[in-house]
Amino acid sequence: MMKRDECFRILARHIKDEAVVATYSSAVDWVEINPRPLNYLSIGAMGLDSSHGLGLALGRPDKRVIVLQGDGSLLMNLGSLVTIAAVAPKNLVHLVAQNDSYEANGSQPIPNPKVDFTGIARASGYAACFDFSDLRIFEQQVAHMLEQEGPVFATLHIEPTKPLKYDYPSLYDPEKRKAFKAQWRERSQ
Amino acid sequence: MDARAQDVDAGARELHGGAIIAAIKASGIEYVLAVPDIVTSSGLLAPIARDKDFRLIRVCKEDECIGIASGLSYCDKRALILIQYTGFLDSLNAIRGVAVEYKQPICMMVGLLGHDPEKEPRASPRYGVRIIEPILDDMGIAHHLIGLDADIGKIQPAIEQAYRDSQPVALLIGRRPKPSSRISS
Repeated sequence: MMKRDECFRILARHIKDEAVVATYSSAVDWVEINPRPLNYLSIGAMGLDSSHGLGLALGRPDKRVIVLQGDGSLLMNLGSLVTIAAVAPKNLVHLVAQNDSYEANGSQPIPNPKVDFTGIARASGYAACFDFSDLRIFEQQVAHMLEQEGPVFATLHIEPTKPLKYDYPSLYDPEKRKAFKAQWRERSQ
Repeated sequence: MDARAQDVDAGARELHGGAIIAAIKASGIEYVLAVPDIVTSSGLLAPIARDKDFRLIRVCKEDECIGIASGLSYCDKRALILIQYTGFLDSLNAIRGVAVEYKQPICMMVGLLGHDPEKEPRASPRYGVRIIEPILDDMGIAHHLIGLDADIGKIQPAIEQAYRDSQPVALLIGRRPKPSSRISS
């Protein structure tokens, strides 16, 4: 088992000009570790993170898009795995932090903690699939994973971490959306 | 009414998919995000699927379209969401969050399954259709009924305004569009 913030610290060392789509607990951890304009945080409804990521990846095939999704969110939009695999954006990396709970909603359990997200992604047709539960192995393989032709999927098996403070007004600040759009556009010129 | 007058009247009360597709293209739409809807299946979705000017993304569930269209809008790419009213109702929370609260240019073309095209949607025999316009009004979403060829001229200005002002719009398809591109005169 790993800790989400430890995984994200390792991931952050490999981030350059990618868009990072993150929500809820993943967003709280990610923003604390790597605040930057190219974080896309305003998802609007639980589960849509992967779909926003697909739209960004389609619209900017020259740039990589990384989705940091929770297991509860993915369960609310499980069909997006099938859609993403069919569209097959080479520039999309889809990471799911699995702690078997709806952490942002009181840490209630997901319906079935035995669910194998990596297996579902593989069966859906993702080009490259990974499953990490050891931080040392994740650290060794993260660069290799990010270099794969997408869509790439990985499950990060994590344990519950410290209680988080969910500052939603800050996460969903319209100024952050404007900043993202400005920088994302700027890089297309 | 003589036979010719009846024929002209019948022709005027048609809706042609080819003309709708032409209006969609004129609006700069590149991506069509769709879940099949029997109202628009043969007249719109089938020809769009064959049209190389569009990139058709078939999704599993309608609310995916809202996220995908939002992501595309940040890349200055225009998308049209082609769904049935049932899928619109199923996606209301996504539409609330992304389209309304975040003021994103989410353009929806919604087939009114079971609607009597000779009636206004609010007077539709089907409950699910009757509630669509009141819901859109409550959410402050602009909407236009596309029930006749004469309504097709509303499509391009509505989509242009949605992208210019960064706001959602719903285009309600009130009768099955004919696959033909011909518009009766």
